[in-house]
Amino acid sequence: MFKWFGKVNFSPYTKVAGFAQELRDGRLMASRCKACGATSFPPRADCAECLSGDFEFLEISGKATLHTFTKIVAAPTGFEDLAPYTVGVADLAETGRLLAWIGDTIAEDEIQIGMDLQVVPRIFEELEEIKVYYTLEKPGTAWTKTKSSA
Amino acid sequence: MSRVGIIGIGHGVFGRRSDATVQELAFEAFRDALEDAGIARDDIDASVIGSVPEYHKQRSLPGVVQEYLGVNPKPTWLTEVACASGSAAIRTAWMAIKAGVHEVVAVIGCQKMTELSTPEILGLMGRVGEVQWESVFGTTFPAYYALFARRHMHEFGTTRDQLLQVAVKNHHYGAMNPCALFRKEITLEKAKESEEVATPFQVYDCCANADGAACVILASEGAAREIAKKPVWLDGMGCATASMSVLRRPNLVGLPSAVEAARVAYEMAEVGPEDVKVADVHDCFTVAEILAYEDLGFCKKGEGGRFIADRQSYIGGKVAVNVDGGLKAKGHPIGATGVSMTVEIVKQLRGEAGERQVSDADVGLTHNVGGIGQYCFVQVLRRD
Repeated sequence: MFKWFGKVNFSPYTKVAGFAQELRDGRLMASRCKACGATSFPPRADCAECLSGDFEFLEISGKATLHTFTKIVAAPTGFEDLAPYTVGVADLAETGRLLAWIGDTIAEDEIQIGMDLQVVPRIFEELEEIKVYYTLEKPGTAWTKTKSSA
Repeated sequence: MSRVGIIGIGHGVFGRRSDATVQELAFEAFRDALEDAGIARDDIDASVIGSVPEYHKQRSLPGVVQEYLGVNPKPTWLTEVACASGSAAIRTAWMAIKAGVHEVVAVIGCQKMTELSTPEILGLMGRVGEVQWESVFGTTFPAYYALFARRHMHEFGTTRDQLLQVAVKNHHYGAMNPCALFRKEITLEKAKESEEVATPFQVYDCCANADGAACVILASEGAAREIAKKPVWLDGMGCATASMSVLRRPNLVGLPSAVEAARVAYEMAEVGPEDVKVADVHDCFTVAEILAYEDLGFCKKGEGGRFIADRQSYIGGKVAVNVDGGLKAKGHPIGATGVSMTVEIVKQLRGEAGERQVSDADVGLTHNVGGIGQYCFVQVLRRD
């Protein structure tokens, strides 16, 4: 169900497809190698350290700090209706980095490199099909977690 | 170890070339290079095409170029590593000659971009970023380099003025290059008034999409000495990579592929950054030239902003950089760009660069980046 991830999705089939279902249910997942314990965000099925293909998802807090950002004014095909939008790269508290839109809880003039952030799972409410994503918000921003439908 | 020499160069006019197909553009550069080398078409043993196929309606470009140049049945093949495809083509030609498979090889970088709309190109180029986790947020090519620029400004105090001073310099020299798309000087004030693209970048921070072609003819040391009056030698050939995803890079203030490619090239040529008199570097965005000064060792990490502010990259400074106008003023027909860089450095080392000639140019360098530093090729070139 990785086709759910992103307004425009370019890679519907992946070994970490379960990520999108978890995100729909309000959980942000990294990956952990069952063989050597190496963690990764973005998640990866095949361990970059020991090459094992045996992995599991690991729920992470979504606590992060802003590494860098840009407001995109000239948008590519498929995103023109959203422009301008601000994209941030965030250092995650537990592991790795994440790229996402900076959300509504943060005003443009408040954005600063080094600021604390919360990654929040989102569903595109205005679209008919299921489309999930995440945004970078102020710490403490609430969101709904539901039980897995599986 | 035997050397590989450049015996001929050709360069078409870059720009919106509504008058020509991609193979017609390739022909202009190829004919010029043959004339420059003083050889016949039959002397070419093979051709290598540097181009990015997604921009063309014609599938499998080498076939149509080879036919139009009239070089059948000689072998041809394509190299593709995004914006570094041209330098990759030169590298494979160099490898073929080093291996003794071919003696004289034509390398043609060619690209026709303007048949696509700007949003289509933004979408295509944005997908040189990682598509699974990044492009889903509508990232663009300028946006990626903007992320680097913002971080560089944060860590080192690099300023907007310093970034745009790169554009001012490159337009200054582009005005002297008859092959450049933009042949007009710009002022800092004018650059600051231009529209936002991806903050902090405005239009004048970005190179322009363009159509164009460039050609170099490479030969074995023996053939080069026989054919060329002033051969220029490809003495250092560095090539390195970095992660596709910027999320997996050690930092966002430099390109590790450029640092590694430069190290390999300097070592192979037995020179250092202090020996380089003239360089063509990959200024797809203003910050990219500042990263290049640092990654190539022209100055220390973090001092690239001051390097341009102090005019160290102008002719007469520490090292003349992009005195053909760079991607910024020449335009960036992606497959042609790497070859165009080599053409310019050959001109400089032969002393044929006219009013933008760097005096005593004996060692030159090219730095051609693919994507957002996923690939980097560095060449060190020398004259006799």
